[in-house]
Amino acid sequence: MKNNFDVIDIKGRKFLYSQKVEDHFFNPRNVLDNRADLKKFNARAKIGAPACGDVMKVYLRINPKTKIITDFKWKTFGCASAIASTSILSEMAIGKTIDQAYKITADKIVKALGGLPKKKIHCSVLGDRALRAAIDNFRKR
Amino acid sequence: MQNNQIYMDNASTTRVDKRVLLAMKPFWDKMYANPSNIYSMGLKARDAVEKSRCRIAKFLNAKPNEIIFTSGGSESNNLAIFGVLSKLKKGRIITSVIEHPSVLKPIEALEKRGFEVMKIKPKQNGVVNAEDVKNYLNHNTVLVTIMYANNEIGTIQPIARISKIISSFNAKRQTPNARRIIFHTDACQATQYLDMDVKKLGVDLLTINGSKIHAPKGTGALYVRSGVVCNPQILGGPQEAGLRAGTENLAGIVGLAKAIALINKSDNAELGRIRDYIINELLKIPGSQLNGCKIKRLPNNINISFANVEGESLVLYLDKRGICVSTGSACSSQSLEPSYVVGSIKGKEAAHSSLRISLSRYNTMEEAKAVVFEIKKAVKELRRISENEK
Repeated sequence: MKNNFDVIDIKGRKFLYSQKVEDHFFNPRNVLDNRADLKKFNARAKIGAPACGDVMKVYLRINPKTKIITDFKWKTFGCASAIASTSILSEMAIGKTIDQAYKITADKIVKALGGLPKKKIHCSVLGDRALRAAIDNFRKR
Repeated sequence: MQNNQIYMDNASTTRVDKRVLLAMKPFWDKMYANPSNIYSMGLKARDAVEKSRCRIAKFLNAKPNEIIFTSGGSESNNLAIFGVLSKLKKGRIITSVIEHPSVLKPIEALEKRGFEVMKIKPKQNGVVNAEDVKNYLNHNTVLVTIMYANNEIGTIQPIARISKIISSFNAKRQTPNARRIIFHTDACQATQYLDMDVKKLGVDLLTINGSKIHAPKGTGALYVRSGVVCNPQILGGPQEAGLRAGTENLAGIVGLAKAIALINKSDNAELGRIRDYIINELLKIPGSQLNGCKIKRLPNNINISFANVEGESLVLYLDKRGICVSTGSACSSQSLEPSYVVGSIKGKEAAHSSLRISLSRYNTMEEAKAVVFEIKKAVKELRRISENEK
């Protein structure tokens, strides 16, 4: 058994996570509007399961010629860091080519969010995996 | 705490009652002597400890020398389990899957040492069937431990029925040297609301936690029926009749006794009314379900799952609105595993989506209305983020 433990440093914060996470959690960007016409997206993917506590759905619009991601919409069932990481990922991916976007790692998402508690990183890992799965889906078409 | 905060997480811990604070105050800075000392200040401190012990004994319909002061529920549970079994090498332990970790972990440790453990799964309403205990009882059985009321879903377990089953089994034992089966109950969540008469309950050991009943954190007691052999787990001085070493938590003990004296079961009716209002309103939300029996339930507990709404997200949305509640979601736990209590009766998905609201005598119907309003709003918003349909 481990005898020492990490002292949790809240630094006088009023929210469990960083300001960036708080901002994206309460004001998520690019959430799919339920009235949106799904036909305009040419790549999608869904990963996770409700029993695991996280489900992410990603909808991409990729310019077939330039291979640039022109739109990224999403739905997420999950905790604050899962919602915030999908939200920030959507901003990071829009405007990138699919080759560039494919290289977005969990580490980069965590960095962009101003850090996440170690045990929470598995949540954001889901976001980049969902994006890559959607790009794979596009390439197969 | 801000004035506009609504605190509805009393199954986690409670606010210390002002009258409890007042009762404790002189024992911090005026009569602070070690109760073991023989000068007059020490005697006053001893008197305060023993008067507190008598008060708690009376509340439990027990004798004062059957009350051991501890540091809280976890210590009492550990003392009960290890204290009764530490000198044994093997035997059967019967418990339930919905016990508190401070019961399950000691039992796991004993299982590794060679004890046989039978864990009863409750019925889908979160209540253990007393007949299941009967089916598991055998001549190797040494301990049964079943909680009085569950900390997450508030379900009340049939303690008196289980104790009858155990005592008739004990009575029928043929061999004269057969060990009596010991029955322990963790009554941390029940103390404030249910009948705590240990004679009626028929238990040998019973756990009380001060922090759940408006006494300070770090206070608690274990009832040990006379004649039950319990070995100390904290060794040192002769305090608590040698069962628990360490200078008594003088002010804490006074506070615990005061909190117990303030328990007024007639508060239950109003609390039940607020609870039912919240349950009925929240069940109007589509895709919601109540976890645990609606009737065999503590008057202060509400536990509801909302499909497609993750518990941690919901708790943080409500926190933003000044509401303190909790969840069985994995994300809010240290282990990243969702609530095994909700999971055992409703599955993991419901556990991730569960919200626990636990009331106290400080909550009002006005607060309940505000909480219902904010939950409905938050569920709608989180479903906009998670759901495609509609």
